[in-house]
Amino acid sequence: MKKDIILAGVGGQGILSIAATISIAAMDADLYLRQAEVHGMSQRGGAVQSHLRLSSENIFSDLITQGKADMIIAIEPMEALRYLNVLSKNGWVITNTNPVINISDYPDIDDILNEIKKVPHHVALNADQIAKDLGSPKSANIVILGAASPHLAIDFSILENAIRKIFDKKGEKIVRLNLDALNAGKEFSKKYNNKQS
Amino acid sequence: MQKLLLLGDEAIAQGGIDAGISGIFAYPGTPSTEITEYVQNSREASGKGIRAIWSANEKTAMETALGMSYAGKRAMACMKHVGLNVAADPFINSAMTGANGGLIVVSADDPSMHSSQNEQDSRFYGKFAMIPVLEPSNQQEAYDMVYYGYELSEKLGFPVMMRITTRLAHSRAVVIRKAPKAQNQLKLPENIKQFILLPVFARKRYKILLENQVAFEKAGEESGFNRYFDAEDKSLGIIACGIAYNYLLENYHEGKVPYPILKICQYPVPKRLIRRIYEENNELLVLEEGYPMIEEMLKGILNIGKEVHGRLDGTLPRDGELNPNLVGKALGKQQEDIMDIPEFVKGRPPKLCDGCGHIDAFLAINEAMNGYSKGRVFSDIGCYTLSALKPLESINSCVDMGASITMAIGAADAGLVPAVAAIGDSTFTHSGITGLLDAVNSKSPITVFILDNLTTAMTGGQNSLAFGKIEEICKGLGVKEEHIRVITPLRKHHEENIKLIKEELEYNDVSVIIPRRECIQTLNKRMRAKHKPKTE
Repeated sequence: MKKDIILAGVGGQGILSIAATISIAAMDADLYLRQAEVHGMSQRGGAVQSHLRLSSENIFSDLITQGKADMIIAIEPMEALRYLNVLSKNGWVITNTNPVINISDYPDIDDILNEIKKVPHHVALNADQIAKDLGSPKSANIVILGAASPHLAIDFSILENAIRKIFDKKGEKIVRLNLDALNAGKEFSKKYNNKQS
Repeated sequence: MQKLLLLGDEAIAQGGIDAGISGIFAYPGTPSTEITEYVQNSREASGKGIRAIWSANEKTAMETALGMSYAGKRAMACMKHVGLNVAADPFINSAMTGANGGLIVVSADDPSMHSSQNEQDSRFYGKFAMIPVLEPSNQQEAYDMVYYGYELSEKLGFPVMMRITTRLAHSRAVVIRKAPKAQNQLKLPENIKQFILLPVFARKRYKILLENQVAFEKAGEESGFNRYFDAEDKSLGIIACGIAYNYLLENYHEGKVPYPILKICQYPVPKRLIRRIYEENNELLVLEEGYPMIEEMLKGILNIGKEVHGRLDGTLPRDGELNPNLVGKALGKQQEDIMDIPEFVKGRPPKLCDGCGHIDAFLAINEAMNGYSKGRVFSDIGCYTLSALKPLESINSCVDMGASITMAIGAADAGLVPAVAAIGDSTFTHSGITGLLDAVNSKSPITVFILDNLTTAMTGGQNSLAFGKIEEICKGLGVKEEHIRVITPLRKHHEENIKLIKEELEYNDVSVIIPRRECIQTLNKRMRAKHKPKTE
């Protein structure tokens, strides 16, 4: 088993929480793991990405080779497209459709969504809306993780456990909201793929 | 033993804790910051009474670590690559004094300049100082090397450098711990004159350093970090240093490379192994993260002998960090057919946060300076450097820590009056104070903005040593009290701030203006902590 994942978003959106959750789950599943993060200057509202690599075999590089990623998980739609050159032709794009427009020349959102739909395997969802409906607007990142979960090759229960570990310090209410977010993302993803096929 | 999921930086920190350090001293700088932060946040470390301190700058950090080593205890100094320029004096001279308690200096390089002003390669500093350098290829090796490095440092009686790069510093992997060691007892050097570098003693110490070069090289042959992997196909021999080794293996199924490899992770360079790979193979390829140091040594000035490929002949790019694709291309591997990134995808550069006080400060500075020609604002290193970009475009220089004030003095001396300096609170105590003293002594007609957001913001909000002290420092240096002026950078004070700035620009001696407002990130963090529910 091997999953090479690009996590993408804008500084402050919470890609590192997704990375941390998958990493804990991967450790619990006894997988090898490498996760390259971006710290420092780029975190100030700029484009951020993380390379996350899981495998049952030893992993050498911290970075994923171009054209070989199995999945792009993005909390922002334009950021999903920024790393298309890393994605394998059979790879999945799991992305939020809600844009972060903090630059003056942000492209037309319809152009972005059309490009995403050209990728053969994709799930596009308004994670911010789903999170808001759950009463947990800050959990959009976990909704996206939920949407990616059917394609991660990690048992859902292991991911749920990882969520518990990550949010444990913040109290039981926050844990429950994030478990709901994870579930909502997963359900959306399942229906989405049925619709597509 | 216990398994931990750690960043490369954190692996180094945990290695230090387990190797029995008594103190870690540093100035924050990407990508090195998380080493010290990890020790500061470690309950285990605080239980053991390990000092984990943000020093005023890298020089004071290095000297403090050296003092702890003098007293017989194990110490670590951490910095980013350009921080080592600041610490270069004590660093180079620590090779002359040698170490008593184990001493490791970590320098974190930033090839591709993700968060830095250059991509200098710290291995040259190690070579310059003539001390052993460790360059881990992965997180486990980073941990093991710290553990080993302290033994090496004490066995040889010299400081050891560890050089890492951004990818390792900020990438996580599982690390297996070793048994923790107790800290050293207080124990002064046997020769009480060892650390006195008066010429009469320094000449002796230099001979000792030179004599030890053989022992340093031998250590690299015995530690197991430099390894020769033989293989059938002798058409090419590959020298791979540090994390470049991973990119090499990544290009072959199960990491089975058909060519002989010399993996170099410890310096001075292992000459015997290099001779072997040169003699046994038709051509060489050198993979180095950073400058082509070994490649240049192999080619020499004359470039005679066998072909040596790498960054100097265009097989690899001359600048920037390596990755699996670049290494694959250098090996002639077929590249994957890739999807194109749509052309409409726009760059999203970092910017000052919404609500940041620096924005209001620079809006006022911009407007107050409207009447003067452009190109008068010398700046420094921190979040506020982002004011160089659109829409503010306020500043005209960013060179090194503290250079804003001193460059403004020089420009004013050349006739550019008024000249302005813009420096952050933490950068001011790092390297701005001495420059301000220069300005006071030469009655320089400059206006210095000390942008006080009460924290070291760019690296994630570490304590600022300037906190609550800036006015007193300026007064103590001799800036006239009526020309030390504090303003609040808020939209509602915009007009009065412009008026005040204009007054000081007119003043024909040193004035200091302190725009003071808490960093929006640390403010939010504080508010979140306040409202955090109690754990059940």
